[in-house]
Amino acid sequence: MSSTTTEKVKATLAKRYAREKRFRAYGFISIALSILFLAILLLDIFSKGLPAFTSTYIKLDVVLDAPTLGLETNPSQEQLKVANYNKAIQTSLETMFPGVEDRKQKKALKALVSDDAQYSLRDQVMANPSLIGTTQSLWLLADDDIDVFHKGGIDRATPEADRRIKDFQLVWLDKLEAEERIESQFNTNFFTRGDSREPEQAGILSALIGSFYTMLVTLLLSFPIGVAAAIYLEEFAPKNNFWVDLIEVNINNLAAVPSIVFGLLGLAVFIQFFGTPRSAPLTGGLVMTLLVLPTIIIASRAALRAVPPSIREGALGLGASKTQAVFQNVLPLAMPGILTGAIIGMAHALGETAPLLMIGMVAFIMDVPNGVTSPAAALPVQIFLWSDSPERAFIERTSAAIIVLLAFLILMNLLAVILRKKFERRW
Amino acid sequence: MTDTTLDMSLKGTMTKPKERSEFAHTIDGTVGKPFLDGKDTKFHCRGVNVFYNGTKQAIFDTSVDIGKNEVIAMIGPSGCGKSTFLRCLNRMNDTIDGCLVTGTINLDGEDIHAKAQDPVLLRARVGMVFQKPNPFPKSIYDNVAYGPRLHGLAANRAELDEIVESSLRKAGLFNEVKDRLQAPGTGLSGGQQQRLCIARTIAVSPEVILMDEPTSALDPIATATIEELIDELRQSFTICIVTHSMQQAARISQRTAYFHLGYLVEVNDTKTVFTNPQHQLTENYITGRFG
Repeated sequence: MSSTTTEKVKATLAKRYAREKRFRAYGFISIALSILFLAILLLDIFSKGLPAFTSTYIKLDVVLDAPTLGLETNPSQEQLKVANYNKAIQTSLETMFPGVEDRKQKKALKALVSDDAQYSLRDQVMANPSLIGTTQSLWLLADDDIDVFHKGGIDRATPEADRRIKDFQLVWLDKLEAEERIESQFNTNFFTRGDSREPEQAGILSALIGSFYTMLVTLLLSFPIGVAAAIYLEEFAPKNNFWVDLIEVNINNLAAVPSIVFGLLGLAVFIQFFGTPRSAPLTGGLVMTLLVLPTIIIASRAALRAVPPSIREGALGLGASKTQAVFQNVLPLAMPGILTGAIIGMAHALGETAPLLMIGMVAFIMDVPNGVTSPAAALPVQIFLWSDSPERAFIERTSAAIIVLLAFLILMNLLAVILRKKFERRW
Repeated sequence: MTDTTLDMSLKGTMTKPKERSEFAHTIDGTVGKPFLDGKDTKFHCRGVNVFYNGTKQAIFDTSVDIGKNEVIAMIGPSGCGKSTFLRCLNRMNDTIDGCLVTGTINLDGEDIHAKAQDPVLLRARVGMVFQKPNPFPKSIYDNVAYGPRLHGLAANRAELDEIVESSLRKAGLFNEVKDRLQAPGTGLSGGQQQRLCIARTIAVSPEVILMDEPTSALDPIATATIEELIDELRQSFTICIVTHSMQQAARISQRTAYFHLGYLVEVNDTKTVFTNPQHQLTENYITGRFG
């Protein structure tokens, strides 16, 4: 008897092990594939985005004499503000590259440096009026096409007609290069400025602050509402009640509703009916709250359900009221799960774009918002806008913005892990 | 389980009970001495029925008295309703949705289901120790101090310290944990955890302690410690204990109640139940013929 059992088992062993091996291989392949795709994605984003963290500057000897700037002696701050710095820059460029007569070429010469150069020059002069009458060697921000070329984004071998940088410009750039008057510096503008039509001046600060305010509103609303709803549904609501079941089914369904629908709802309800400001983080936060509430409620309920009933009974058996048992004993144990759910929900909201398009956060906003009601952009929307722009230099800025967004997502997930570890208690 | 309208005419001895309908007619009221005739009665239960979800009846017409400072053991096969009955005594069944308790349960002459009776106050008077040790994931000190803090029993920290120490002493745990009162209660061994749960219950100074198979998850040494403890606690508390172990019931209780599929079959002095059972079902159970 036992020998036949042994034989029968032996006969099936090879098959069993083969099945196990196959299953492991499938698992390994799927993991390897996902890692591969992740690596490709990150490689693409980083290779495109990293150049955006530097920008190209050109060193010019700017003659700051009063006649060129159109100033009288002892000018007031007001006069300094409206002085003709453009001309000073143009003059210095013409001095460096004499003999440019063609109108088109003259324009191109002026376009070596960004529009922004005159403003940075103005700020320097206003801060120190004694510069007037001197000649200053200044690093001025280059134009976006020059920037792209200097980072190797434009190939000299391309036929001139297909190239953004023409042959005569190449001569100038080679001269600048030879005199070491062109170099890359850290792109502070990217982190200190708002959006701009000019790629070299565009930054993500307004989008970042807009996202921050939106997340703040979302967190302040969705966390308490979501956790309270979960506690009520899980601990207090009558079981096997038609209305409670209906609410439960609807919450689960809401989690699967396309986010653009929430955007339409926000447009119709918040903006049209309640009159909340358009393009504002307040409205964005309200819409995001609707979006993440189901996630938080579902995660919180699962966390509450995972607390063993013996904890509730222990507290009730000692004479704790239902509320005391829930808040003193059950909730602390469910907290890691609830926090994880909330942070994952927030991370979801941080990367959400579609509903924001509906409520006008897709507008071109240069200013850094100073509150939840002022117009603002958001990081994912900024990425969307830049990816749609024709300028070459926006490609790298799009990827750079994605890197910043990814960094925030990773930070938030890290926070979730840390909070989980901190609050995790064994029972 | 649903057949509650029993054919009482089919009286007779059954040898091998399978279905309730086959043997239930052999239960015609509780035999033995379920009542104490008002002498030192703590719990006075008459005609208690428990229903789950309206249709499923778990306890049938149970009447019994539980005396002061006695240990009453409730025994019976799995699913016989002994735990359900125990949980009626401090209204823990209220926390289960769809559970309905009818009949009269008086504690010191007061109906525990009366409108004026608050379940929170009742549970402070009737403490409970569960089958699985369930210390809160807090420090040992906070575990014991939880009840007193909840009810505001201590006016200051010194009083609270005293309550914690005396409760741990009564539970026979103080000497083992006095150096690590701030250590988590969940870090103790199984037996220590259960004694911690007993200390936690004692700390509220209840009048009755309900124990639902308190030693079923413990090894024999921890079980012996808890049994000794129960014997000592009898001086100050009334103890109702549900147990699967007949030896344990025989060792620690003064009276024993035998439940069978929702019916209270027999209640008597422990010695009588184990030496001279009056009902066939009780005899079958204690002699190991089924259960």
